[in-house]
Amino acid sequence: MTAWERVCELDALVPDRGAAALIGGHQVALFRLSDTGEVHAVDHLDPFSQANVMARGLVGSRKGVPTVASPMHKQSFDLRTGKCLDDPEVSLQVWPARVTDGWVEIQVDARSSAA
Amino acid sequence: MNQKKKLAVVGAGMVAHRLVEAMVERGADEAWDIEVFGDETRPPYDRVALTSFFSDRDPEDLLLGDGELWKRPGVRLYRGSIVSGIDREAKQIHARNTTFDYDRLVLATGSYATVPPVEGSDLPGCFVYRTVDDVAELRAWVLDREAVLGRKVKGAVVGGGLLGLEAAGALTALGADTTVVEFADWLMPLQVDQAGGGALRRIIEQLGVSVRTSTATSKLRAGRDGKVSRMQFADGDRIPADVVVFATGVRPRDELAREAGLELGERGGVIADEACLTSDDSIFAIGEVAHIAGRVWGLVGPGYSMAEVVADRLLGGDATFEGADLSTKLKLLGVDVASFGDAFAATNGSLEVVYADPTAGVYKKLVMSDDAQTLLGGMLVGDASAYTNLRPMVGRALGSDPTAWLLPEGMEPPSGSSLPDEANVCSCNNVTAGTIRGAVTDHQCTDIAAVKQCTKAGTSCGSCVSLVKKLMETQMAEEGLEVSTALCEHFSVTRAQLFDIVRVSEISTFSELIDKHGTGRGCDICRPVVASILASLGKGHVLEGENATLQDTNDHVMANLQKDGTYSVVPRIPGGEVTPAGLIAIGQVASDFGLYTKITGGQRIDLFGARIEQLPEIWQRLVDAGFESGHAYGKSLRTVKSCVGQSWCRYGVQDSTTLAIDLELRYRGLRSPHKLKLAVSGCARECAEARGKDVGIVATDKGWNLYVGGNGGFTPRHAQLFAEDLSTEELVQAIDRFLMYYIRTADRLQRTAPWLEAIEGGIDAVRAVVFEDSLGIAADLDAAMAAHVDTYEDEWAATLADEKKLLRFASFVNAPETPDPDLVYVEERGQRRPADDEERAVLIAGASIPVRDAEVTV
Repeated sequence: MTAWERVCELDALVPDRGAAALIGGHQVALFRLSDTGEVHAVDHLDPFSQANVMARGLVGSRKGVPTVASPMHKQSFDLRTGKCLDDPEVSLQVWPARVTDGWVEIQVDARSSAA
Repeated sequence: MNQKKKLAVVGAGMVAHRLVEAMVERGADEAWDIEVFGDETRPPYDRVALTSFFSDRDPEDLLLGDGELWKRPGVRLYRGSIVSGIDREAKQIHARNTTFDYDRLVLATGSYATVPPVEGSDLPGCFVYRTVDDVAELRAWVLDREAVLGRKVKGAVVGGGLLGLEAAGALTALGADTTVVEFADWLMPLQVDQAGGGALRRIIEQLGVSVRTSTATSKLRAGRDGKVSRMQFADGDRIPADVVVFATGVRPRDELAREAGLELGERGGVIADEACLTSDDSIFAIGEVAHIAGRVWGLVGPGYSMAEVVADRLLGGDATFEGADLSTKLKLLGVDVASFGDAFAATNGSLEVVYADPTAGVYKKLVMSDDAQTLLGGMLVGDASAYTNLRPMVGRALGSDPTAWLLPEGMEPPSGSSLPDEANVCSCNNVTAGTIRGAVTDHQCTDIAAVKQCTKAGTSCGSCVSLVKKLMETQMAEEGLEVSTALCEHFSVTRAQLFDIVRVSEISTFSELIDKHGTGRGCDICRPVVASILASLGKGHVLEGENATLQDTNDHVMANLQKDGTYSVVPRIPGGEVTPAGLIAIGQVASDFGLYTKITGGQRIDLFGARIEQLPEIWQRLVDAGFESGHAYGKSLRTVKSCVGQSWCRYGVQDSTTLAIDLELRYRGLRSPHKLKLAVSGCARECAEARGKDVGIVATDKGWNLYVGGNGGFTPRHAQLFAEDLSTEELVQAIDRFLMYYIRTADRLQRTAPWLEAIEGGIDAVRAVVFEDSLGIAADLDAAMAAHVDTYEDEWAATLADEKKLLRFASFVNAPETPDPDLVYVEERGQRRPADDEERAVLIAGASIPVRDAEVTV
């Protein structure tokens, strides 16, 4: 079963800068892109360093793909799929995210919370 | 392993070094154990650059290679080891009071400096000019005599050749009144003709050096103290001389070979064939001791070629040495002198094209074939800028009016593609144009550093680097390779170009800049670069508005990210001076927040383990105690380290601490392409290690010596002397300009040392910008620094006063004060540190065990 959980107001997210959120015991990194207005949600845990830092990475693009770079050792991840662009073996979990009535909402399901 | 053969090398100079290097590069150390015997106490060093020891003053800087060569298994360097004999029957050499076996022996003993049979030439105060020790003793003598005599020292150099003028330059640099005495009718008779020698003489005399040509030295006389004091000439004339340097020539050190019964040349030198083999086919001779193809070769270039030949032969190859290019280009007393090919027009029917401008101190001559088409050789005095392009053209058609090459503004260098593959571009290392092109086509080299590493071109004297670069770029263009200087995929220009774009435009935001001059959304490379440029130009605070999205997390939260996602905090402690109350305040903050504390190399205190949401609270306490941001997180000034200086130290000659504090307060917060470190030492003992810094200042009894371009880290570099005996005011202006020029023109993450190497004209050009305003931008640089100083504010105090900026320190957007629940610590030596994986597993499982005698805390 799936549920959308309200996290914060959209205005609380600075465009092109990440923010961490605590959702049901999960640490999630939220990004609001300035050009498309989209909000993306991925793991806050950096799979390379095992530290909760992804939301503090720099937002950018690589060949048109919206990315976030780990602030620890700079590996880039595709914000839409969570795939690491520097190591195909590694990826971040992605959560569906949407904006409703000026609120950012994340879809939490049983599968992801067990991850 | 027992099958390895033994190679013994007698002599540990530049040529021996090249031999061993060539052997190792080709993997010959697999088959050979190499033992090198040198009588000097130092590993092989750059003898050609000996005079620079006067200005750099650190013999370590002259060492060849990085020293790794001598640490390899199978390679052994015996320093201070004189080889006393060779037993050819037993194939053994005698050294270090024992014997060493060899399968093959290489003689690379080099030359002696000769001293002519002049009465009194063994008096104290008479020197030769050959080794670092010679130069060190000469320097000590001159400084000592100056102190004892209480006046300027009178120096005389016997010999007006290449080495003699080097020595004269060294004496002049030491403050001596110097006279050069040359037996021939003009200076440098082996390299230039009479007119060239005359031009050289005029330039040198203008520099304050006296010159006597057609003069024979007959006698040296001692003063009452038994030390040399007068030089007498054959014509009866005499001059005072407190120090005498003999630079009359060199003689091969062939006595070992003579005693071993090897065949010698009539005027010395070990006779060897084109394989460099002597009359004993187990013994090679290379370098200045070898007599090959009818002569001995007194330059390093041919010696290197011989070393390569022997390395090849030892590996079963059939390389030969058949003579070499004796072209030379030198800077003597700051005067360019070059001579190449048939410089004396010995070829039948050759034509000489001469350009002379006595007022400008320039004499240039090209020797052309009888049809005025083919370049045969030439000499350049006073301005040798055309040398690099002309020398590879020897034996080829110049393709244009030869006079065009001689006129000051008329030089049209050949385009990279017109040079034939076999043209020798780097004569020191014998690298052809074809080899350089091959580095691009076959070895995928796409920048000058890679080409230098791959081909060795430009790694000795460096005079050919601009030509090597041109060849590389032309070849890359032909291959369809882009000569990329792009910052990243979003900006096709260099950092320096981007800097200029921002400086001259009205652009003050990243989005505007990338819209007009880039593509995409940017990345972790270009965003921080733009942030740094905007900050350097005073276009908005690094954390203001949109700029905030450009910053790495370190700059964004003004702290240093650590491995577990927490940060470290470093308050500024200018010059490393801190009051007891300040120390207590820092200690109290650390204690209250449970921070791990460690003293940094920059004389301040690092507080580790601060969670992001704790940073404002920690800084409020620090700001209240009078501290400000230390910018340990920024590509900006870190610290100005200092020793205690004359206020306490019994050796100090200047107040280094006060200067360090003043400089740190002046440059704090200055954004730059990479971090900047400075240091000030209060005397020549250099306790602040200033020569390991981007800008290092060492006190003298007359003022301050300024060094630039040093760093520690992965590639440690000693700073080079930039200016001497500056007043504090001159010093500050020089540093202002140096730093601003660096900030404007350096590449991203390029520290000052590689910047000085990469910038056109090197350190000399930067010195001209700083002290002579050669680019006419000095006032601009001064104004930029003044603006920085005027507008500085403490970023942390400003942030604490701004509710909006404080929002970024929330740990979670929906739980701003909740600590990261995954952080786990253990205690070690009375402080905490992040748990390692093993400790974590145990701790998270709920157990509580002591770790290495330490208490566990979660």
